[in-house]
Amino acid sequence: MTAEPTEPWSVLDPTGTLRVDDRVPAGADALDLWAAYRDMVLSRRVDTEAIALQRQGELGLWPSMLGQEGAQVGAGSALRPRDVVFPTYREHAVAWCAGVDPVQLLGLFRGTTLGGWDPRDRNFHLYTLVIGAQTLHAVGYAMGVVRDGDVGTGDPDRDRAVLAFLGDGALSEGETNEAFAWAAVQNLPVVFFCQNNQWAISAPFSVQSRVPAATRASGFGFPGVRVDGNDVIACHAVAREALERARSGGGPTLVEAVTYRRNPHTTSDDDLRYRTGAVNDDWAARDPVDRLRALLTGGAGPPGVNDFLADLGREEEELAERLRAGCRALPVPHPGDPFLHTLERMPRDLERQRDEHLAFVAGGQGDRS
Amino acid sequence: MAHALNAGLRACLEEDPKVVLIGEDIGRLGGVFRVTDGLREDFSDERVVTSPLGEAGIVGSAIGLAMAGYRPVCEIQFDGFVFPAMNQITTQLAKYRHRSEGRISLPVVIRIPVGGGIGAIEHHSESPEAYFAHTPGLRVLCPSTSQDAYDLLGQAIRCDDPVIFLEPKRSYWSKGEVDPEAPAVGMDRARVVRPGDALTLVTYGALVPVALKAAAVLAEEGRQVEVVDLRSLSPIDDDTVVESVRRTGRLVIAHEASQTGGIGGELAARVQARAFYDLEAPVLRVTGYDTPYPASRLEEDWLPNVDRLLEACDASLKH
Ligand SMILES: Cc1ncc(C[n+]2csc(CCOP(=O)(O)OP(=O)(O)O)c2C)c(N)n1
Repeated sequence: MTAEPTEPWSVLDPTGTLRVDDRVPAGADALDLWAAYRDMVLSRRVDTEAIALQRQGELGLWPSMLGQEGAQVGAGSALRPRDVVFPTYREHAVAWCAGVDPVQLLGLFRGTTLGGWDPRDRNFHLYTLVIGAQTLHAVGYAMGVVRDGDVGTGDPDRDRAVLAFLGDGALSEGETNEAFAWAAVQNLPVVFFCQNNQWAISAPFSVQSRVPAATRASGFGFPGVRVDGNDVIACHAVAREALERARSGGGPTLVEAVTYRRNPHTTSDDDLRYRTGAVNDDWAARDPVDRLRALLTGGAGPPGVNDFLADLGREEEELAERLRAGCRALPVPHPGDPFLHTLERMPRDLERQRDEHLAFVAGGQGDRS
Repeated sequence: MAHALNAGLRACLEEDPKVVLIGEDIGRLGGVFRVTDGLREDFSDERVVTSPLGEAGIVGSAIGLAMAGYRPVCEIQFDGFVFPAMNQITTQLAKYRHRSEGRISLPVVIRIPVGGGIGAIEHHSESPEAYFAHTPGLRVLCPSTSQDAYDLLGQAIRCDDPVIFLEPKRSYWSKGEVDPEAPAVGMDRARVVRPGDALTLVTYGALVPVALKAAAVLAEEGRQVEVVDLRSLSPIDDDTVVESVRRTGRLVIAHEASQTGGIGGELAARVQARAFYDLEAPVLRVTGYDTPYPASRLEEDWLPNVDRLLEACDASLKH
């Protein structure tokens, strides 16, 4: 992966043919292809169900990750439990790999919470909607990891890396570039994983950059790697190597996973105002899930493949049902909740505001208007 | 109102070749609220610039463009995303005229959709006006009607001062006639939108129609409330408010933004300083609470509504 970041590195082509490449980890370090397939299929189902829930009015909005499962599962499956993730708002498959309950992803978009899960449970931080902000949090966290001495000990149960996600649009924010500078000069154990899905809402990549994202890294003084984001095997290999480098004290890496946002930016967006359906179709032909499926089921397929797929189909339906029920059962917040946790202890004047508000809500407003 | 703003931008682009629009997604998409719909097509990519994703870049380069003789109109996509540009706005844009001893003016307009009530996720419902009003060297405007949106935007673009132009996003879809020839109210003047003698109710932006509803309820009960639309949050037209309070003796101020350090407190201080002996009741505020903007399931209750306005008016009228 020391290759110049030009053509994205790929081993599994769109027809499902695997090219032998010694940069793909083997043995115990290899990606479990069946598990990766399952993760992609189930996380895609989370995405599909969420879109359906939005259409039914159960969610206000949903940012679909359709087409980005290869990049996300590749990165997500390279994580170790002590690694820490700082996501954007689109990393549903990474959340899945990290073990976050997908029902909890829905609360933010249902308007029942501003967060949704305990970031400490899975070392998976809250979604960040403000573009680029999380890249600096990853840097700071990595500074903490260094100070804790959890880098380069050689103990796989101790060393940690921080994995920050960003989109191609985020490359233009000042904060992202500050994060790159900080990570570089301190040689921090952080991996910046940029999913270049070609679009930042309606802005194509050319609005953000004249060079591949990965090329930017060298100017800051750390390696940049360009990988086919729809090739889960390559994404895993690249992410694994970058995370391992970080854990061992080798410093930061910028991974550019070249992929495509096949759905509109969110359910509120109308992408045909700025791009054509034909391009979307081209990318559909390079689907990461289909590709791996073609590899796994190629020829006659290994024994048991039909059982595997049938089980997975059932698992998908159960997941979908759990999401639908779980979404509707998400606790509706109490009118007093916004007042909680603003400061460690509620100031007296805020207590007064809360009491007034609760009395007002309880007083059955609306009698005169 | 979105149409009125679009028409206002179009008129300015036609009138002055130096007007340039800059913002995320304002080209082909027409902005996420479609306020710039069709402008790229009718003018050009040079005059309607789809910017890279960076707010400091949008405002910082607008400052440079202004120095070069252009009149940039920036679009910030949502209220919660103006903060990366805060450095450029507060330390550069607001101060340059003063530092250059009046030699250089920066006619930059920064349009920002503001406020809640549309069921959005976090950072999409903020009311950041007080930060700007607290910064000397900026004008802060907030229209409540389509006509005002059209007039104020034109005035803002033609004005040589930097203007923060706050667009109440739940009013984007409100209908209203625009007469481009109608004589415009001065840019820094508040406007009495409903006359009355019992109480002065001051607000701006999306709460103006709410205040008018409250006034209508009170009118049925025989009390005529005067509703004042502030329009300009900096400078504040306290003359108009003080004049009204001298007649009514009572003042209620409403805004969506949190209470502490807000426009309401500022106005209350000015009015008590200038009309203390005319006041027959304490000045009351109906505002957003001092909490983060809540998850959307709670926003309806959290936001100042007709009933909270009525409650405050009642309390004031009891004195
Ligand atoms: C600071 C900031 N500015 C603007 C926005 C509005 N916005 C939301 S998503 C988005 C595009 C992000 O593109 P990219 O970083 O490529 O990520 P993607 O959505 O493609 O995953 C924009 C402009 C924002 N969320 N934060």
